[in-house]
Amino acid sequence: MTTEEEIITVALCAAGSLITRFLPFAVFSEKRPTPSFIRYAGKYLPSAVFALLVVYCLRNTDALHGMHGLPEFLSVAATAALHLWKSKMFLSMAGGTACYMIIIRLTENL
Amino acid sequence: MPHECIIEKIARRNIISNQNILQITKLKNNYSMIIKALRAAFPVTLPIFAGYWFLGLSYGLCMHAAGFDWIYPMLMSMVIFGGSLEFVAVQMLLSPYAPAQVLVMSLLIQARHIFYGVSMLEIYRGTGWKKFYLIFGMTDETFAINYSAKVPAGVDKGWFMFFITLLNHFYWVSAATAGCLAGNLLPENIRGIGFVMTALFVVIFIEQWLKEKRHVSAFIGFFCALGALAIFGPESFMLPAMAAIALLLALLQKPIRKAEATSDH
Repeated sequence: MTTEEEIITVALCAAGSLITRFLPFAVFSEKRPTPSFIRYAGKYLPSAVFALLVVYCLRNTDALHGMHGLPEFLSVAATAALHLWKSKMFLSMAGGTACYMIIIRLTENL
Repeated sequence: MPHECIIEKIARRNIISNQNILQITKLKNNYSMIIKALRAAFPVTLPIFAGYWFLGLSYGLCMHAAGFDWIYPMLMSMVIFGGSLEFVAVQMLLSPYAPAQVLVMSLLIQARHIFYGVSMLEIYRGTGWKKFYLIFGMTDETFAINYSAKVPAGVDKGWFMFFITLLNHFYWVSAATAGCLAGNLLPENIRGIGFVMTALFVVIFIEQWLKEKRHVSAFIGFFCALGALAIFGPESFMLPAMAAIALLLALLQKPIRKAEATSDH
Protein backbone atom coordinates (compact mmCIF):
# COMPACT_ATOMS: atom_id res chain seq x y z
CA MET A 1 0.00 0.00 0.00
CA THR A 2 1.18 3.52 -0.75
CA THR A 3 0.87 6.21 1.93
CA GLU A 4 -2.08 7.64 0.04
CA GLU A 5 -3.88 4.29 0.07
CA GLU A 6 -3.13 3.94 3.77
CA ILE A 7 -4.67 7.35 4.45
CA ILE A 8 -7.78 6.44 2.46
CA THR A 9 -8.09 3.11 4.31
CA VAL A 10 -7.91 4.84 7.70
CA ALA A 11 -10.30 7.57 6.52
CA LEU A 12 -12.82 4.93 5.44
CA CYS A 13 -12.63 3.26 8.85
CA ALA A 14 -13.26 6.65 10.44
CA ALA A 15 -16.16 7.21 8.03
CA GLY A 16 -17.68 3.84 9.01
CA SER A 17 -17.50 4.87 12.68
CA LEU A 18 -18.95 8.32 12.03
CA ILE A 19 -21.83 7.04 9.90
CA THR A 20 -22.99 4.47 12.48
CA ARG A 21 -22.65 6.96 15.33
CA PHE A 22 -24.37 9.90 13.64
CA LEU A 23 -27.09 8.00 11.75
CA PRO A 24 -29.88 8.05 14.39
CA PHE A 25 -29.18 11.69 15.24
CA ALA A 26 -29.23 12.66 11.56
CA VAL A 27 -32.49 10.82 10.87
CA PHE A 28 -34.33 12.05 13.98
CA SER A 29 -33.50 15.72 14.43
CA GLU A 30 -34.01 17.74 17.61
CA LYS A 31 -36.50 20.00 15.86
CA ARG A 32 -39.10 17.38 15.02
CA PRO A 33 -40.65 15.11 17.65
CA THR A 34 -39.14 11.61 17.67
CA PRO A 35 -41.52 8.90 16.35
CA SER A 36 -43.14 6.88 19.10
CA PHE A 37 -41.54 3.55 18.08
CA ILE A 38 -38.07 5.09 18.24
CA ARG A 39 -38.80 6.54 21.69
CA TYR A 40 -39.98 3.10 22.79
CA ALA A 41 -36.83 1.53 21.32
CA GLY A 42 -34.64 4.13 23.02
CA LYS A 43 -36.23 3.28 26.33
CA TYR A 44 -36.04 -0.51 26.10
CA LEU A 45 -32.91 -1.03 23.97
CA PRO A 46 -30.30 -0.21 26.66
CA SER A 47 -31.09 -3.24 28.86
CA ALA A 48 -30.79 -5.53 25.85
CA VAL A 49 -27.63 -3.75 24.67
CA PHE A 50 -25.87 -4.09 28.05
CA ALA A 51 -26.62 -7.82 28.05
CA LEU A 52 -25.31 -7.98 24.47
CA LEU A 53 -22.13 -6.13 25.50
CA VAL A 54 -21.43 -8.57 28.34
CA VAL A 55 -21.73 -11.48 25.89
CA TYR A 56 -19.63 -9.53 23.36
CA CYS A 57 -16.79 -9.13 25.90
CA LEU A 58 -16.88 -12.86 26.66
CA ARG A 59 -17.34 -13.99 23.05
CA ASN A 60 -13.93 -15.64 22.81
CA THR A 61 -14.39 -17.70 25.95
CA ASP A 62 -14.15 -21.37 25.06
CA ALA A 63 -16.80 -23.21 27.07
CA LEU A 64 -15.97 -26.59 25.54
CA HIS A 65 -12.21 -26.81 26.03
CA GLY A 66 -9.53 -25.92 28.56
CA MET A 67 -11.02 -24.34 31.65
CA HIS A 68 -14.53 -24.36 30.10
CA GLY A 69 -14.89 -20.65 30.80
CA LEU A 70 -14.68 -21.19 34.54
CA PRO A 71 -12.35 -18.20 35.24
CA GLU A 72 -14.69 -15.89 33.32
CA PHE A 73 -17.82 -17.30 34.94
CA LEU A 74 -16.41 -17.07 38.48
CA SER A 75 -15.12 -13.53 37.94
CA VAL A 76 -18.41 -12.31 36.51
CA ALA A 77 -20.15 -13.89 39.50
CA ALA A 78 -17.68 -12.19 41.88
CA THR A 79 -18.26 -8.81 40.18
CA ALA A 80 -22.03 -9.23 40.38
CA ALA A 81 -21.97 -10.43 44.00
CA LEU A 82 -19.73 -7.54 45.08
CA HIS A 83 -22.00 -5.09 43.32
CA LEU A 84 -25.20 -6.47 44.80
CA TRP A 85 -23.58 -6.43 48.23
CA LYS A 86 -21.82 -3.04 48.36
CA SER A 87 -23.03 -1.33 45.14
CA LYS A 88 -19.75 0.53 44.79
CA MET A 89 -18.95 0.50 41.09
CA PHE A 90 -15.19 0.80 41.42
CA LEU A 91 -14.96 -1.87 44.12
CA SER A 92 -17.00 -4.36 42.08
CA MET A 93 -14.88 -3.83 38.99
CA ALA A 94 -11.54 -3.93 40.80
CA GLY A 95 -12.59 -7.02 42.76
CA GLY A 96 -13.88 -8.87 39.71
CA THR A 97 -10.78 -8.04 37.66
CA ALA A 98 -8.42 -9.02 40.48
CA CYS A 99 -10.34 -12.28 40.81
CA TYR A 100 -9.89 -12.97 37.08
CA MET A 101 -6.18 -12.12 37.10
CA ILE A 102 -5.57 -14.41 40.07
CA ILE A 103 -7.59 -17.34 38.70
CA ILE A 104 -5.88 -17.36 35.29
CA ARG A 105 -2.49 -17.40 37.03
CA LEU A 106 -3.44 -20.17 39.44
CA THR A 107 -4.90 -22.35 36.70
CA GLU A 108 -2.36 -21.80 33.88
CA ASN A 109 -0.37 -24.90 34.73
CA LEU A 110 -3.33 -27.21 35.16
CA MET B 1 -23.73 72.21 28.62
CA PRO B 2 -20.16 71.07 29.28
CA HIS B 3 -21.29 69.99 32.71
CA GLU B 4 -23.97 67.72 31.27
CA CYS B 5 -21.46 66.41 28.80
CA ILE B 6 -19.13 65.29 31.55
CA ILE B 7 -21.94 63.68 33.52
CA GLU B 8 -23.05 61.86 30.42
CA LYS B 9 -19.51 60.70 29.77
CA ILE B 10 -19.10 59.40 33.28
CA ALA B 11 -22.46 57.70 33.11
CA ARG B 12 -21.60 56.06 29.84
CA ARG B 13 -18.25 54.90 31.15
CA ASN B 14 -19.95 53.46 34.19
CA ILE B 15 -22.39 51.55 32.05
CA ILE B 16 -19.53 50.17 29.99
CA SER B 17 -17.54 49.15 33.02
CA ASN B 18 -20.64 47.62 34.57
CA GLN B 19 -21.12 45.61 31.43
CA ASN B 20 -17.50 44.55 31.60
CA ILE B 21 -17.91 43.43 35.17
CA LEU B 22 -21.03 41.52 34.21
CA GLN B 23 -19.16 39.85 31.37
CA ILE B 24 -16.21 39.01 33.59
CA THR B 25 -18.41 37.46 36.28
CA LYS B 26 -20.24 35.54 33.58
CA LEU B 27 -16.95 34.22 32.24
CA LYS B 28 -15.82 33.37 35.76
CA ASN B 29 -19.07 31.47 36.43
CA ASN B 30 -18.70 29.66 33.12
CA TYR B 31 -15.14 28.73 33.94
CA SER B 32 -15.98 27.41 37.40
CA MET B 33 -18.91 25.47 35.93
CA ILE B 34 -16.58 23.82 33.43
CA ILE B 35 -14.00 22.95 36.10
CA LYS B 36 -16.76 21.56 38.29
CA ALA B 37 -17.92 19.28 35.47
CA LEU B 38 -14.36 18.09 34.84
CA ARG B 39 -13.89 17.31 38.54
CA ALA B 40 -17.15 15.34 38.62
CA ALA B 41 -16.33 13.45 35.40
CA PHE B 42 -12.78 12.37 36.23
CA PRO B 43 -13.47 9.77 38.96
CA VAL B 44 -16.22 8.20 36.84
CA THR B 45 -13.70 7.59 34.04
CA LEU B 46 -11.08 5.82 36.18
CA PRO B 47 -12.30 2.29 35.33
CA ILE B 48 -12.18 3.25 31.65
CA PHE B 49 -8.65 4.54 32.20
CA ALA B 50 -7.57 1.07 33.35
CA GLY B 51 -9.42 -0.72 30.56
CA TYR B 52 -8.37 1.63 27.75
CA TRP B 53 -4.76 1.61 28.84
CA PHE B 54 -4.69 -2.16 28.67
CA LEU B 55 -6.50 -2.36 25.33
CA GLY B 56 -4.71 0.69 23.92
CA LEU B 57 -1.28 -0.63 24.85
CA SER B 58 -2.10 -3.98 23.24
CA TYR B 59 -3.29 -2.22 20.11
CA GLY B 60 -0.15 -0.06 20.00
CA LEU B 61 1.92 -3.22 20.43
CA CYS B 62 0.11 -4.87 17.51
CA MET B 63 0.90 -1.85 15.33
CA HIS B 64 4.52 -1.96 16.46
CA ALA B 65 4.75 -5.67 15.68
CA ALA B 66 3.23 -5.02 12.25
CA GLY B 67 6.03 -2.52 11.59
CA PHE B 68 4.18 0.78 11.84
CA ASP B 69 5.50 4.05 13.23
CA TRP B 70 3.89 5.45 16.41
CA ILE B 71 2.24 8.21 14.39
CA TYR B 72 -0.09 5.59 12.86
CA PRO B 73 -1.77 4.33 16.05
CA MET B 74 -1.87 7.91 17.37
CA LEU B 75 -3.74 9.32 14.37
CA MET B 76 -5.89 6.22 13.94
CA SER B 77 -7.04 6.18 17.55
CA MET B 78 -7.72 9.90 17.29
CA VAL B 79 -9.94 9.78 14.20
CA ILE B 80 -11.49 6.29 14.42
CA PHE B 81 -11.76 5.99 18.24
CA GLY B 82 -13.16 2.45 18.22
CA GLY B 83 -11.18 -0.42 19.71
CA SER B 84 -12.39 -3.45 17.81
CA LEU B 85 -12.32 -1.67 14.44
CA GLU B 86 -8.77 -0.44 15.01
CA PHE B 87 -7.53 -3.96 15.70
CA VAL B 88 -9.11 -5.09 12.43
CA ALA B 89 -7.65 -2.04 10.69
CA VAL B 90 -4.13 -3.34 11.46
CA GLN B 91 -4.92 -6.33 9.22
CA MET B 92 -6.57 -4.12 6.60
CA LEU B 93 -3.43 -1.98 6.33
CA LEU B 94 -1.31 -5.09 5.80
CA SER B 95 -3.62 -6.49 3.10
CA PRO B 96 -3.91 -5.32 -0.52
CA TYR B 97 -5.76 -2.02 -0.98
CA ALA B 98 -9.55 -2.64 -1.08
CA PRO B 99 -11.47 0.56 -0.22
CA ALA B 100 -15.02 -0.73 -0.78
CA GLN B 101 -14.36 -3.75 1.40
CA VAL B 102 -12.84 -1.56 4.12
CA LEU B 103 -15.92 0.67 4.26
CA VAL B 104 -18.35 -2.27 4.37
CA MET B 105 -16.29 -4.02 7.04
CA SER B 106 -16.09 -0.94 9.23
CA LEU B 107 -19.85 -0.32 8.89
CA LEU B 108 -20.53 -3.92 9.92
CA ILE B 109 -18.14 -3.84 12.87
CA GLN B 110 -19.48 -0.50 14.10
CA ALA B 111 -23.17 -1.23 13.42
CA ARG B 112 -23.94 -1.63 17.14
CA HIS B 113 -23.42 2.13 17.57
CA ILE B 114 -26.76 2.68 15.81
CA PHE B 115 -28.41 1.16 18.90
CA TYR B 116 -26.44 3.49 21.16
CA GLY B 117 -27.54 6.48 19.09
CA VAL B 118 -31.20 5.52 19.37
CA SER B 119 -30.77 5.18 23.15
CA MET B 120 -28.98 8.53 23.47
CA LEU B 121 -31.32 10.64 21.28
CA GLU B 122 -33.04 12.17 24.31
CA ILE B 123 -30.01 12.26 26.61
CA TYR B 124 -27.75 14.15 24.18
CA ARG B 125 -30.59 16.54 23.29
CA GLY B 126 -29.90 20.23 23.85
CA THR B 127 -26.16 19.98 24.49
CA GLY B 128 -25.35 22.49 21.72
CA TRP B 129 -22.02 22.29 19.88
CA LYS B 130 -20.80 19.65 22.33
CA LYS B 131 -23.28 17.22 20.81
CA PHE B 132 -21.07 16.70 17.75
CA TYR B 133 -18.15 15.62 19.86
CA LEU B 134 -20.37 13.51 22.15
CA ILE B 135 -21.67 11.58 19.13
CA PHE B 136 -18.24 11.33 17.49
CA GLY B 137 -16.77 9.87 20.70
CA MET B 138 -19.62 7.46 21.47
CA THR B 139 -17.70 4.20 22.01
CA ASP B 140 -19.12 1.18 23.86
CA GLU B 141 -17.67 2.47 27.13
CA THR B 142 -18.48 6.16 26.67
CA PHE B 143 -22.06 5.24 25.79
CA ALA B 144 -22.38 2.96 28.80
CA ILE B 145 -21.03 5.60 31.22
CA ASN B 146 -22.94 8.54 29.74
CA TYR B 147 -26.14 6.52 29.71
CA SER B 148 -25.88 5.24 33.27
CA ALA B 149 -23.87 7.79 35.28
CA LYS B 150 -25.85 10.03 37.59
CA VAL B 151 -24.87 13.65 37.03
CA PRO B 152 -24.09 15.11 40.49
CA ALA B 153 -26.36 17.95 41.63
CA GLY B 154 -25.25 21.40 40.44
CA VAL B 155 -23.09 19.99 37.63
CA ASP B 156 -23.87 20.84 34.00
CA LYS B 157 -24.92 17.64 32.23
CA GLY B 158 -23.54 18.63 28.83
CA TRP B 159 -20.07 19.50 30.12
CA PHE B 160 -20.06 16.41 32.37
CA MET B 161 -20.67 14.07 29.43
CA PHE B 162 -18.28 16.11 27.27
CA PHE B 163 -15.42 15.56 29.73
CA ILE B 164 -16.21 11.86 30.12
CA THR B 165 -15.92 11.53 26.35
CA LEU B 166 -12.80 13.71 26.17
CA LEU B 167 -10.97 11.91 28.99
CA ASN B 168 -11.78 8.50 27.49
CA HIS B 169 -10.55 9.72 24.10
CA PHE B 170 -7.36 11.01 25.70
CA TYR B 171 -6.70 7.70 27.53
CA TRP B 172 -7.21 5.75 24.34
CA VAL B 173 -4.95 7.89 22.14
CA SER B 174 -2.16 8.13 24.71
CA ALA B 175 -2.22 4.38 25.43
CA ALA B 176 -2.16 3.42 21.74
CA THR B 177 0.76 5.77 21.10
CA ALA B 178 2.64 4.60 24.18
CA GLY B 179 2.08 0.94 23.27
CA CYS B 180 3.64 1.42 19.86
CA LEU B 181 6.55 3.47 21.27
CA ALA B 182 7.28 1.05 24.11
CA GLY B 183 7.29 -1.91 21.76
CA ASN B 184 8.30 -5.02 23.61
CA LEU B 185 9.27 -3.31 26.85
CA LEU B 186 5.85 -3.94 28.36
CA PRO B 187 5.59 -6.17 31.41
CA GLU B 188 3.79 -9.46 31.01
CA ASN B 189 2.26 -9.27 34.48
CA ILE B 190 -0.70 -7.08 33.48
CA ARG B 191 -2.20 -10.06 31.62
CA GLY B 192 -5.92 -10.34 32.35
CA ILE B 193 -6.48 -6.69 33.25
CA GLY B 194 -8.66 -6.37 30.13
CA PHE B 195 -11.35 -8.12 32.15
CA VAL B 196 -12.08 -4.68 33.63
CA MET B 197 -14.19 -3.94 30.53
CA THR B 198 -16.30 -7.06 31.06
CA ALA B 199 -16.68 -6.08 34.72
CA LEU B 200 -17.79 -2.58 33.69
CA PHE B 201 -20.60 -3.92 31.51
CA VAL B 202 -21.61 -6.46 34.17
CA VAL B 203 -21.92 -3.65 36.73
CA ILE B 204 -23.88 -1.40 34.39
CA PHE B 205 -26.12 -4.30 33.43
CA ILE B 206 -26.90 -4.91 37.12
CA GLU B 207 -27.57 -1.20 37.78
CA GLN B 208 -29.98 -1.16 34.86
CA TRP B 209 -31.59 -4.40 36.09
CA LEU B 210 -32.19 -2.93 39.57
CA LYS B 211 -33.62 0.26 38.08
CA GLU B 212 -36.24 -1.32 35.80
CA LYS B 213 -39.52 -2.92 36.81
CA ARG B 214 -39.70 -5.57 34.12
CA HIS B 215 -36.70 -7.37 32.68
CA VAL B 216 -38.14 -8.51 29.35
CA SER B 217 -35.63 -6.41 27.36
CA ALA B 218 -32.65 -7.68 29.37
CA PHE B 219 -33.76 -11.27 28.72
CA ILE B 220 -34.25 -10.54 25.03
CA GLY B 221 -30.72 -9.11 24.79
CA PHE B 222 -29.15 -11.96 26.70
CA PHE B 223 -30.80 -14.83 24.85
CA CYS B 224 -30.49 -13.24 21.40
CA ALA B 225 -26.76 -12.68 22.04
CA LEU B 226 -26.17 -16.22 23.34
CA GLY B 227 -28.26 -17.77 20.56
CA ALA B 228 -26.49 -15.81 17.84
CA LEU B 229 -23.09 -16.60 19.37
CA ALA B 230 -23.89 -20.32 19.40
CA ILE B 231 -25.08 -20.27 15.79
CA PHE B 232 -22.76 -17.78 14.09
CA GLY B 233 -19.62 -17.90 16.25
CA PRO B 234 -17.63 -15.09 17.92
CA GLU B 235 -16.58 -13.32 14.71
CA SER B 236 -19.98 -12.67 13.19
CA PHE B 237 -22.69 -12.96 15.82
CA MET B 238 -23.25 -9.26 16.50
CA LEU B 239 -25.37 -8.36 13.46
CA PRO B 240 -27.73 -11.37 13.75
CA ALA B 241 -28.01 -10.70 17.50
CA MET B 242 -28.90 -7.05 16.87
CA ALA B 243 -31.42 -7.98 14.20
CA ALA B 244 -33.06 -10.49 16.55
CA ILE B 245 -33.21 -7.92 19.38
CA ALA B 246 -34.75 -5.27 17.12
CA LEU B 247 -37.26 -7.76 15.72
CA LEU B 248 -38.35 -9.08 19.13
CA LEU B 249 -38.67 -5.57 20.59
CA ALA B 250 -40.79 -4.56 17.60
CA LEU B 251 -42.99 -7.65 17.85
CA LEU B 252 -43.46 -7.26 21.59
CA GLN B 253 -44.09 -3.50 21.46
CA LYS B 254 -47.81 -3.80 22.19
CA PRO B 255 -47.65 -6.14 25.23
CA ILE B 256 -44.62 -4.30 26.67
CA ARG B 257 -46.35 -0.91 26.40
CA LYS B 258 -49.56 -2.34 27.80
CA ALA B 259 -47.71 -3.73 30.81
CA GLU B 260 -45.99 -0.37 31.24
CA ALA B 261 -49.29 1.52 31.12
CA THR B 262 -51.04 -0.75 33.64
CA SER B 263 -48.16 -0.73 36.14
CA ASP B 264 -47.82 3.06 36.02
CA HIS B 265 -51.41 3.69 37.10
